[in-house]
Amino acid sequence: MAEAVSYTEGELALATGKIKYLEQGAGPPVVILHHSWGSPGWLPFHERLGETHRVIVPDMPGWGGSERPAWARDPRDIAIIVTRLLARLELDNVTLVGLGFGGYVAAELATMNPSPLAHLVLVGSAGLQPKTGEIMDQMMLSHRRYIEESFRNAEAYTDYVGEEPPDDIRQLWDLSREMTARVTWKPYMFNRRLAPLLGDLDVPTLIVWGDKDKVVPFECAKQFEAAIPNARIEVLEGAGHVVELEQPDQLASLVGNP
Amino acid sequence: MFIGHFTERPYQDPKSGYFGATGRSLMDLGMSNASYDPKLGADLYNRYLDERVFAEEMGFDGLMLNEHHSTPFCMGQVMNLEAAILARITKRAKIVLLGNILPIWDDPLFLAEELAEIDMISRGRLVTGWVRGTGRESVAHNAVPPYNWERFQEAHDFIVEAWTKPGPFRWEGEHYHYRYVNPWSRPYQEPHPPIWIPGVMSRNTVAWAAKHRYPYLMLATELQPTLESFQYYDEVAAEAGYDAGTEHRGYLFKVHVDETEELAEEAGRKYVQGPSNPFLEGNQGIVRPFIQNLPGLTQRNNLLPTMRSFAAAASRGRAGQHLKEQKQEAPPPPPKDTYTDQTEKLSIISGTPDTVIPKVRHVLETLRPGTIFFWDGDGAMSHDDQMRSLRLMGSDVIPAVREMADELDLKGPFESNPAGDAQTAAEAPVEGSGDAATQAAD
Repeated sequence: MAEAVSYTEGELALATGKIKYLEQGAGPPVVILHHSWGSPGWLPFHERLGETHRVIVPDMPGWGGSERPAWARDPRDIAIIVTRLLARLELDNVTLVGLGFGGYVAAELATMNPSPLAHLVLVGSAGLQPKTGEIMDQMMLSHRRYIEESFRNAEAYTDYVGEEPPDDIRQLWDLSREMTARVTWKPYMFNRRLAPLLGDLDVPTLIVWGDKDKVVPFECAKQFEAAIPNARIEVLEGAGHVVELEQPDQLASLVGNP
Repeated sequence: MFIGHFTERPYQDPKSGYFGATGRSLMDLGMSNASYDPKLGADLYNRYLDERVFAEEMGFDGLMLNEHHSTPFCMGQVMNLEAAILARITKRAKIVLLGNILPIWDDPLFLAEELAEIDMISRGRLVTGWVRGTGRESVAHNAVPPYNWERFQEAHDFIVEAWTKPGPFRWEGEHYHYRYVNPWSRPYQEPHPPIWIPGVMSRNTVAWAAKHRYPYLMLATELQPTLESFQYYDEVAAEAGYDAGTEHRGYLFKVHVDETEELAEEAGRKYVQGPSNPFLEGNQGIVRPFIQNLPGLTQRNNLLPTMRSFAAAASRGRAGQHLKEQKQEAPPPPPKDTYTDQTEKLSIISGTPDTVIPKVRHVLETLRPGTIFFWDGDGAMSHDDQMRSLRLMGSDVIPAVREMADELDLKGPFESNPAGDAQTAAEAPVEGSGDAATQAAD
């Protein structure tokens, strides 16, 4: 799934555990927080952005190669650890990109520690309870079915993953789901204590949504836009929930010029 | 030997389309309760309670109840309610709960209080077991699966303390928090009702039970892997410094007796004709692996030998894992006749007393359990089917099994205390610790 390119692998020891990340490029920093099912590695989306930016893709604590904070009970706990990561990497003027669940963590982070952020980009972001509809519940679906639903259609899933996901990807999905359950089993993928805190956020925010997103209702995009003072929505036609996989160039272009 | 009776109390609805020999398979957690008929439910709950009363009259030592949620295969939604009723309407038999699903309780103090009331109303006839529950239960009551094992252990520790430590005290744990633990009910038995642990596949649970010297009951698993799982219990016991005996081994298996071999086959076939039940081989329905294996609910490995059975693995949503470990491409073809297949491997024992008793003897000789439960009256079996069997259990089977158990020296947990030299419930002074409770409260 990942392209063989010149990114480097980094590792940082925080008091809460080891964090692993991938990195490439120079320029204004972009930090990308992955979906609930973990970071599948270095992607074309990262590669495009890496041409003009310093791109950092951490495994969030408890996912992939980053140690599990067994005490964490809430995405807010994860966000606090990511703020420590930004500080330790001495990042400033950051464009923080959150994909799906990663958007939930990014939004929580922004409410607590906006100062290193130049831009916030929420892509199909969870975190708010939709006023109509529900966020799709991965816990009631097989791994395969949930990821398939994350694409615009079944063909797009098969094109990307293949007929059967390889064992290492299956294992990543399985372990990631456990960490997801540890922090957001209930309420599932939203926090009623988030929206009230977004009202004072002074970070310019771009909200990106695939118009074929079946996982997080578009209603949530509008709710984020209403909650954050300086926010706008960009809709990508033909993309599902995994915009970064389905339309990497378009998303990179939006993130690069937020 | 301790001999008990068990049924899942299936929701038997002949109009449903999922009942009887040609009934369709149900998908686990795939059935709306829109078709639930409370009048039928009323009949069934009362029928099952009546059958328990009769089972006691026929000489059973224990009446086992269990609990599942959001599924028609088991009407035990609130097992403790049935237990409370049995506490009042039966006289002698132990009421064996196998078990309360600890991790789904957000307030285990309620559980400590309820069970103490049941123990008192029954005048000390409660046996209380604990389980972790399947994925179905975590979904139904929305308990966070990755904390299932932690919550199981903490709720257990808390309840035992609430039963035995004079209150009031404070409990600030990882998952449970109380500022005032002082339940105004205490178990009738001292120090508390016996605790037994049932299970199917988790080595962790076996090890935990063995370390606590709690009897471990295997639920309708195949004989050889069951024996190996008991041997694992024995090993943990030896490491913990004691020799496990028959009083630590329990086994639930399907046994039905009838007046003729023809009737026995007719009724025995009904085991696999009720609403689909993942734990009833031959009528397991459609198990959804991702629900049985919720994230972090159970370990992906470290399983008991019982998982070598495809049916057992499939019931827990682990068919794929089973095939991979057994290096098989595809599931074994289903037997042409699952009833016959199961009778051959003694997964179902159904017959007249003359044919049933030798088979039960084989099970006892193989596993050497001190506790057994006959799983009967299940699936599509009618009240009449169950009553015929209970009568013959009373007149023929139970007396024969008792003789056998004496001959084979199979002592149950009320004959040989699983806790070792510690006082048995009957021996322990009741008043002394009541005084202690009063003093501490003062």
